[in-house]
Amino acid sequence: MEKELWKGNEAIAEAAIRAGCKYFFGYPITPQNEIPEYLSLHLPQVGGCFLQAESEVAAINMVYGAAGCGVRVMTSSSSPGISLKQEGITYMCGAELPAVIVNMMRGGPGLGTIQPAQGDYYQATRGGGNGDYRHLVFAPATIQEAADYVQIAFDVADQYRNPVMILADGMIGQMMEAIEWHEVPKRELPAKPWATTGTKGERQPNVINSLYIDPNVCAEHNERLTAKYKAMEENETRWEEVNTQDCEVLFVAYGTPSRIARAAIRLLEKEGIKAGLFRPITLWPFPGKALKKAAMQDSVKAVVDVELSMGQMIDDVRIALEGCRPVSFVGKAGGVVPTPAEVASAAKAALGR
Amino acid sequence: MTNEIMIAGFGGQGVMAIGKTLAEAGMKEGKDVSWLPSYGPEMRGGTANCCVVISTEPIICPIVLEPTELIAMNLPSLLKFEPNVVKDGTVFVNSSIITEKVQRTDVRPIYVPCLEIAQELGNLKVANMVMLGAYIQAMGNLGVETIKEMLVHMFTGPKAKLVDLNIEALRRGAACVQ
Amino acid sequence: MAIVYQKSKGLTDVELHYCPGCTHGIIHKLVAETLEEMDVLGNTIGVAPVGCSVFAYNYFNCDMHEAAHGRAPAVATGIKRVSPPGTIVFTYQGDGDLAAIGTAEIIHAAMRGEKFTTIFINNAIYGMTGGQMAPTTLVGQKATTAPLGRQRDHYGAPIRMAEIISTLEGCAYAARVCATDIPNLNKAKKAIQKAFRLQQEGAGFTFVEVLACCPTNWGKTPAASIQWLKENMIPYYPLGVYKDTSGEV
Repeated sequence: MEKELWKGNEAIAEAAIRAGCKYFFGYPITPQNEIPEYLSLHLPQVGGCFLQAESEVAAINMVYGAAGCGVRVMTSSSSPGISLKQEGITYMCGAELPAVIVNMMRGGPGLGTIQPAQGDYYQATRGGGNGDYRHLVFAPATIQEAADYVQIAFDVADQYRNPVMILADGMIGQMMEAIEWHEVPKRELPAKPWATTGTKGERQPNVINSLYIDPNVCAEHNERLTAKYKAMEENETRWEEVNTQDCEVLFVAYGTPSRIARAAIRLLEKEGIKAGLFRPITLWPFPGKALKKAAMQDSVKAVVDVELSMGQMIDDVRIALEGCRPVSFVGKAGGVVPTPAEVASAAKAALGR
Repeated sequence: MTNEIMIAGFGGQGVMAIGKTLAEAGMKEGKDVSWLPSYGPEMRGGTANCCVVISTEPIICPIVLEPTELIAMNLPSLLKFEPNVVKDGTVFVNSSIITEKVQRTDVRPIYVPCLEIAQELGNLKVANMVMLGAYIQAMGNLGVETIKEMLVHMFTGPKAKLVDLNIEALRRGAACVQ
Repeated sequence: MAIVYQKSKGLTDVELHYCPGCTHGIIHKLVAETLEEMDVLGNTIGVAPVGCSVFAYNYFNCDMHEAAHGRAPAVATGIKRVSPPGTIVFTYQGDGDLAAIGTAEIIHAAMRGEKFTTIFINNAIYGMTGGQMAPTTLVGQKATTAPLGRQRDHYGAPIRMAEIISTLEGCAYAARVCATDIPNLNKAKKAIQKAFRLQQEGAGFTFVEVLACCPTNWGKTPAASIQWLKENMIPYYPLGVYKDTSGEV
């Protein structure tokens, strides 16, 4: 397959179409505008529908309606807009509706800045809406991964009847890299007998709903959802390890900072320090067991968490390591990206050098 | 072999396009490439820049902090990025609007009067192609044939006549390199 | 024995939870009968709101969605835009849902001319949450959050949705009816029928506001509630057709 140069946002949009998504509802916000712009042109060409909503709140609720009809549907936004979508996301988790939601993160809090950041980690992995719910969060680090994981996300969403989030930062959205389009491994996906397609007088009405007024029934509903989330944890956790074998210092980073950490590994190598990278690809479920295994090697003296936020994923790193290794932090929030040299010196400091 | 290129100038000078052309040419020659734009209010007409990495090895980090080559299309870009260029790096200066000289003595300066040449060719829009021609001639990391092929694909139908103009712009830019 | 009357096939057998004298039930019936008469129950998808009619998804005998508070028009937009031609979509919303938290959604659905029908129940009060002030509560009308009555200098005057919606180009039909007596129910039925028929014809967004009673939260008997509605609501919320692109009389 020939390589093609794609911008992150446009690759994500094209990947959605290749995954059979024909419907998109969204609202403009920087730095993800190329996604709706691309789809506004291309979805009508595949017989689909692009609609710019009056708000992110309306957009996610349009996604709710469309997903309830059994079609593949997507929305995208950036941090402040994703805050507005939280209502719809919790309703979709409650009503068990599959869809793909892209968050091309920018600096916060509030309006913050439009430059790349990762301050929405808690929101994405803990759920920014109300109630006990979870959804998968894929964190691509390259444009190739962004294109691949959008396609995987639609399958995973359908398999589990659950929304799936693609969490990237503005840099991934704006940059261009050479990618190859490939088919993602096919999954056996369940039919959608629950979808509201009209009874045609042949079945009982289907209801898309998250309301269970009887507390006992609502408790059962929560237990069933939790069992589903457990299955996701067992089957869908993904990560990548770079150079971790016998490393002295282990970086933990996702998305853009994982690339900076890799550049820092090279700098450290020149100074005779063996550094490795543990990169979660799913942020929820967090690959805690695999991280602990990598960090518990005798060679590992320090674990350094690298983020474009002030220390959010570090909570999951600490939970995973259960105090067995010291964890230090290097990162910047608000749209500033730390340099490989800064990351390398944080590693040296953690090693006491 | 890795080229880390910073291209900067005013919005509208074709800064992003120079970067994209370099990245695409690198990709077509089987190299790993990345193109990272500055984005924000500057894309609405202020200063703009992009980082391009072209490498024979897989690219780890697309952010260019210490460019091996700087293409400065206006003075603010030269002042801002000249100090970051690596020792023995190359600095391309759009001498049509930058009258200042490169201050550092440990880099190789190349002056290209992009606008005058474009004017002589009768189309100011090819000023960035003049600069691209200079870059390719000076660095020798990309084949000019690759760019020509891209131009043939880019300009088709009624625009096909632009191919020769752009090729001439590349050639004139290359001639600026001693 | 000849059957002279029976429950509409558009309603399920689930017992309604509404209070005595509440007019939701009879409005459900009018909508259900209309869908049955049009023979579209098998390809209708309804959207229930948050509020007293939150359980409407249990009562209508067609596919249903339960929407978040105020978002029914957005959900209905999603449904209509992805469903095959011929699918009938409606939202059933109260005044807090439609005229407060969901104002943006209803206005923009109407502006876009979304081809679904909205049945808007205006009873000038929040029912489900216990009688709080609605955007449609009349000046001077008491509510649990306006114990001295709605003060105009504090909350302004109530909002007239049928009139607002009718000004939007995307709206094909907007009417206000009331659910107080047989002649008015007949008019309400006609308005609902027309709204669904125009939807079926693809004319645009269609909207029927129904003035309704809430004896429980008004603190009145069902009979006194009807009287109160006629004497107080109708003068402020005049009945009538505000927009009808069909050109029919």
